[in-house]
Amino acid sequence: MEGGTDRSAASTRAVEIGVALVILLFGLIVVIDSYRLGARWGDDGPQPGYFPFYVGLLICISSAAILVRAWRNPSLAEESFVSREELKKILIVLVPTVVYVSLIAYLGFYVASTLYIAYFMWQLGKYSWIKTVPVSVGVSVAFFLIFETWFSVPLPKGPLEAALGLN
Amino acid sequence: MEEINALMQGFGVALSPFNLLLMFVGVILGIIIGVLPGLGGANGVAILLPLTFSMAQQPGGTTSAIILLSCIYWGALFGGAITSILFNIPGEPWSVATTFDGHPLAQRGRAGSALTAAFTSSFFGALIAVVMITFLSPVVAGFALKFGPPEFFSVYLLTFCAFVGMSGGNAAKTVASMMIGFALAAVGLDSVTGTLRLTFGFTSLLKGFDFLIAVIGLFGIGEILETLEEGLAFKGASAKINMKVVLETWKELPRYWATSLRSAAVGCFMGIVPGGATPASFMSYGLARRLSKDGKDFGNGVVEGVVAPETAAHAAGTSALLPMITLGVPGSPTAAVLLGGLLIWGLQPGPLLFVEKPDFVWGLIASMYLGNIAGLIVVLTCVPLFAAILRIPFSIIAPVIIVICAIGAYTVHNSMFDVYLMVIFGVVGYAFKKLGYPLAPMVLALVLGDRAEENFRNAIKGSQGDLTVFFSNGLVGSLTGLALILLFWPMLRGLWRAVLGKR
Repeated sequence: MEGGTDRSAASTRAVEIGVALVILLFGLIVVIDSYRLGARWGDDGPQPGYFPFYVGLLICISSAAILVRAWRNPSLAEESFVSREELKKILIVLVPTVVYVSLIAYLGFYVASTLYIAYFMWQLGKYSWIKTVPVSVGVSVAFFLIFETWFSVPLPKGPLEAALGLN
Repeated sequence: MEEINALMQGFGVALSPFNLLLMFVGVILGIIIGVLPGLGGANGVAILLPLTFSMAQQPGGTTSAIILLSCIYWGALFGGAITSILFNIPGEPWSVATTFDGHPLAQRGRAGSALTAAFTSSFFGALIAVVMITFLSPVVAGFALKFGPPEFFSVYLLTFCAFVGMSGGNAAKTVASMMIGFALAAVGLDSVTGTLRLTFGFTSLLKGFDFLIAVIGLFGIGEILETLEEGLAFKGASAKINMKVVLETWKELPRYWATSLRSAAVGCFMGIVPGGATPASFMSYGLARRLSKDGKDFGNGVVEGVVAPETAAHAAGTSALLPMITLGVPGSPTAAVLLGGLLIWGLQPGPLLFVEKPDFVWGLIASMYLGNIAGLIVVLTCVPLFAAILRIPFSIIAPVIIVICAIGAYTVHNSMFDVYLMVIFGVVGYAFKKLGYPLAPMVLALVLGDRAEENFRNAIKGSQGDLTVFFSNGLVGSLTGLALILLFWPMLRGLWRAVLGKR
């Protein structure tokens, strides 16, 4: 979504234009697909694309308005959307989060969560392993008890739970 | 006096030991949710909603489930005041005005008075709103029984136009955000014709986008990312509160009766309009500053400056449920999630609910009285405990919150795809928030999209494609007319000012 972040610290104008372009593209997709489905009056009432067609049209119009306004406002270019430092902070969290959700499918919810919490504490909180291990394992065990035992909501499990016979 | 009888029956439902337990559980969970960064009323309820699926299937279970979830909402409203006053961090947008006087009071060592005043006036505001709901909702529902598809669509139109006209921000961004919500709601199987829309051959899109995933991502992950950017440390005033402070503050509060009543009225009225809680809190703060004797001291820490926004915000948050149960139109994002819950449990929110499920409706209304009493008791006695939550280092609480969000997203449909989607919505939420795109209209459109479209289709089917059906009688015509006035409100006001300015 963040169209302008390939530059180190993006200006608000660049991001504003980038996001508006993405929304415009999204609106165009909606319009085109609705048109394909039929956006007019059928034999027995409005065709399936009737409502989404106008929704898509409004997306295009409003994003175009945002685009034009950002384009014609050079003062936004001076404004920083996100500083290099802030972006670093966000990526430090976002990248592990993406890794975490993709690990869930292989390791199961509980093991992946333990690793994720431990990483956070170790990397961002600078905690020693003596604190990190009990907290991260404890939280996951607590979640296991709450969801599997109390609410009987099964969450995806991985090799560790299989080995322990908890499936 | 029919309402009183119905309400008494409602109390009979709500006062069962199990429901009372759920009330306290809900309120405590709600306060925790309101205090934690990244979790608010809307996504807190969204995360816990899947856990009520099995509860709702038992007889009388839907009432218990709504009691639990609505009490989470009340708790979150109370919790917002704690962070605003002690930490100067508004947990919700409508708590912003509470920080103006609440935090200075806390810095001067009067945190106890500020908190007591905030909780008591929240309670008062909610109480006024619940009384209004008790007597007004049967009337509105009875009136709405006459509604057909054109009327319902024009009510939806009114809701969405109010967002555009009243939000005060960039109208194009409000429209864009709302229409993205509508477009996402249209993805998947079209229930009328059975056609697949906007799926592009991806099987994971067949079910469409669930609003719960969007809420968890947009509000949960998005907010965590935003908090991170601002830094990780919370510095707060200590929360000492004891019976003496409470009683002293209570002695002081009756002096502000005029402010309380005025703020409650503003809140009740604005709460019915979608997105009304935030403007209501600012409006009543502004009114109180202008009309109060000590108006010039506002901002330096006066109790009255806490009373005004808190009363209004809580009244508005509560009265947001009035259009939800009577018309099926939620007045706030959290009310939208609750409405989504009703749909999932197989209830049709709207006027028929009062006829078909009186137990449910009156049980809910009775639980609003009891839940707010429970909330007041819990917050007054346990503030230090809740404040301690914010002293847990962010590097522990942030990943735990993200894990909770992931679990919440997964449990909606037991699908990993939803968890990936949640992360994407989180990034979108972060970018949108920073660029000033409002998120509430998107969520509301996502929840109401299918119903709005269905009513629109049925309405124009009845009229053979003639759009004048939305002006065909006095009722629908005035609803549509009002919607158009609200839509163009900023322009009309600008015009009015231009005329006045020129003389």
